[in-house]
Amino acid sequence: MSGRTTDVAIVGGGLIGAWTAFFLARRGQRVTLIEKGVVGAQSSGVNFGNLRLQGRFPGQYPLSLRSQALWEDFDALIGEDCEFEQTGHLYLAYDEEEHARLEGYAKVSESYGLAIERVGPADLRRRWPWLGERAVAATFSARDATANPRLVTPAVARAAARLGVDIRENTRVAAVDRSGDGFTLTLADGATLSCGTLVNSAGAWALEIAERFGETAPVFPAGPPQFVTEPFPYLIGPSVQAIDGSVIFRQIPRGNIILAGYPRTAADAQANRAPVPPLKTLAAMKALARVAPILAQCHVIRVWSGIEAYLPDMIPVIGPSETTPGLFHAFGFCGHGFQIGPGVGLCLSEMILDGATPTPLEPFAIGRFRSATTVSEKFRKEFD
Amino acid sequence: MADIVIVGAGPAGIGAAEVLCAEGLKPVLIDEGTRAGGQGYRRPAENLALDMNRLMGSEATKYASLHRRFQALLPRIDYRPGTLVWAIDGNTLHLLRDGRAETLAFDKLLIATGAMDRIAPLPGWTLPGVFTLGGAQAVLKDQGCLIGNRVAFLGSSPLLALAAKQYRDMGAEIAVIADTTPFATKAAATPALLRAPRTLFRGLWYMGASLRAGTEMLHGVTPVAVEGSTHVEALVLRDARGRERRFACDAVALGYGLKPETQLADLAGAAFVYDADFRLFLPRIDGMGRARPGLYLAGDGVRIGGADAAEASGALAAHAILADLGRPQDIEATRALARQVQRLRGFQRGLARAFAWPKAQIAALPDAVTLCRCENVTVGEVRAAMAKELGPVEVNRVKAMTRCGMGRCQGRVCGPALQEIVAAKAGSDAAAGRLRGQAPVKPIALAAAGDSA
Repeated sequence: MSGRTTDVAIVGGGLIGAWTAFFLARRGQRVTLIEKGVVGAQSSGVNFGNLRLQGRFPGQYPLSLRSQALWEDFDALIGEDCEFEQTGHLYLAYDEEEHARLEGYAKVSESYGLAIERVGPADLRRRWPWLGERAVAATFSARDATANPRLVTPAVARAAARLGVDIRENTRVAAVDRSGDGFTLTLADGATLSCGTLVNSAGAWALEIAERFGETAPVFPAGPPQFVTEPFPYLIGPSVQAIDGSVIFRQIPRGNIILAGYPRTAADAQANRAPVPPLKTLAAMKALARVAPILAQCHVIRVWSGIEAYLPDMIPVIGPSETTPGLFHAFGFCGHGFQIGPGVGLCLSEMILDGATPTPLEPFAIGRFRSATTVSEKFRKEFD
Repeated sequence: MADIVIVGAGPAGIGAAEVLCAEGLKPVLIDEGTRAGGQGYRRPAENLALDMNRLMGSEATKYASLHRRFQALLPRIDYRPGTLVWAIDGNTLHLLRDGRAETLAFDKLLIATGAMDRIAPLPGWTLPGVFTLGGAQAVLKDQGCLIGNRVAFLGSSPLLALAAKQYRDMGAEIAVIADTTPFATKAAATPALLRAPRTLFRGLWYMGASLRAGTEMLHGVTPVAVEGSTHVEALVLRDARGRERRFACDAVALGYGLKPETQLADLAGAAFVYDADFRLFLPRIDGMGRARPGLYLAGDGVRIGGADAAEASGALAAHAILADLGRPQDIEATRALARQVQRLRGFQRGLARAFAWPKAQIAALPDAVTLCRCENVTVGEVRAAMAKELGPVEVNRVKAMTRCGMGRCQGRVCGPALQEIVAAKAGSDAAAGRLRGQAPVKPIALAAAGDSA
């Protein structure tokens, strides 16, 4: 419609907002991306960097696999390197109950066409001799990968800007109003912006926009406690995860070992702070030394966290608003959004421009929170 | 009884402990070092016959007195040497002692963690043989060692002449004392320095001693490079008249003044404000050293003031603790201490102006110079990241994009120089931002967390 400032306004310049802007601009849309701070600063920039395919929510596999293809093509698509490495992902079980869960995950992954390799105790120690003695079983998925989250979102945003996206950092949205069949956004500096389509990808800050249009989701902020060690001779290879979640680690080629571990930590979205409690650092250090005793004398040099949006059923909201045509939500990625980020952006662009996406996204509808909320087993496991 | 913990056993920590003990309190005194004294009043390793009287020169009496007082204090405090505070969470300190993590709760926390050298990089500064000025003094006092046989002193600090004298007295040859601040700048700042005439004259005396010993002393130099293939072989600089000079040497000591070690204050929740004289973000404190309820900061760890100011500010903070505990106040003593601290810190502020941090020289460093030696990041890489579209213009963001300041030392060494490189682009000193502190304050081994069996 003429007279509008822009076709699509995207609120939230994280990974989701940046990819959505990129795909929309590639198809000729005028897009404005509004970010209260700088692009990719929160969960998009501080996460562990796992592009894990094993053990995902079953209903997410079509999206996940579509997304992985985009990651595999990142350099050509975006024109920059994001330290993408197809390291594979090793899932470890420490008792028979965990082994059974691992097997369950593997069957789901395989039903969507992912190649999963089962590794018994003897092979584990032959292939990854630095592993401790106690693991009883493991599965390995070679297509899983890692990337550097700090580099990804700014790179995608730059690619979007080259396609004409107007990126406004350090810009807060003061009000969002319906006007005709579109929207008017009032920015904190008093400027206004009109658009036909509005994408709400504001992460831990997304609820305000949803509630403005009569929708809600029990979203809350939390952060992943993470740390990094000094460089150590390169030997780990895959991204490694104990299935109980106590430790997830990987080694980057320059030698540092990056670790994340549950339980997740409290974050304050208002003060923009997500401090890491030292006791959680110690617990994760202990867990890492148990899984890889060779690292016992390796030194932790830095901890960090950031603000991620969580929902009690541990799956995100992705899809059109059920009250307001032209409004699309994508938030609450529960610490698992990095891998599916590109896919979500692509699907949103299809929903916006084609009215539908070939990728099934029904489980992620915001309407699910109209009835009683399910609390997932994952939720109980990942929080204390 | 309230649990009072003092972190740091230099003159500030010892000064504070004395005041608290005199009131019948028994503070915990945590010392990262193995023997009390801090950096300035460091004691030589045991069984090392080092003539500390000669080494400490005019400060020998104070040195002896501080250690005597500490010995008297020892039975009345809970002294914990060899203990690192690696994190602070609410009212709990996380410690590392004998390779093991432990915790300690506190009601009142006094942080007196001292200072370290501020480094201005130059081409070749990562060559073996380049030391900080403080490091050069520490190996001398602690081990009786010299950093080289022919040593060049470069920087912007009155301590260059002092350290050079200590080195000369211990048998080293001095290649040159080269100060980046023009002589006229120092002369112009002299009136402010008259606030502490004794210190001023001591400084002039060291400079005079260098001249008497025939050491060349240059003012207003521009550093060019430290040269050498595998080790320092020479220091090259341009003198005030623009002539390139080459000084053969086997070691270089760099001293651009000190910067407070504020990481723990940061983790404990102190607020920071930019200080234009020191060109650093410093914790906000009241006149007695309070940073927030229950948190007190003293010594060079909060404001550079030197040993006497450190001791007085430690005592002053201890009086603040007593006042906050509702104990009767010694108003006269408190006022005298506050005046002393103010005067001595004012003198150091004058020194910071007289011996200026060479911000323009740093902002103009060649691209190839290593800025962050932990992560091997060059000045050029930082500039290139900032020049990109959507590029960072704030230090924490620059760190995220380039890894500058992300390594083992957590930006302690490269931080001030990074600040200048970013400020040159951001267009304002304060807008460049402050590298936020993160635990662990120093690296800790996984094994510290306990048995993994």
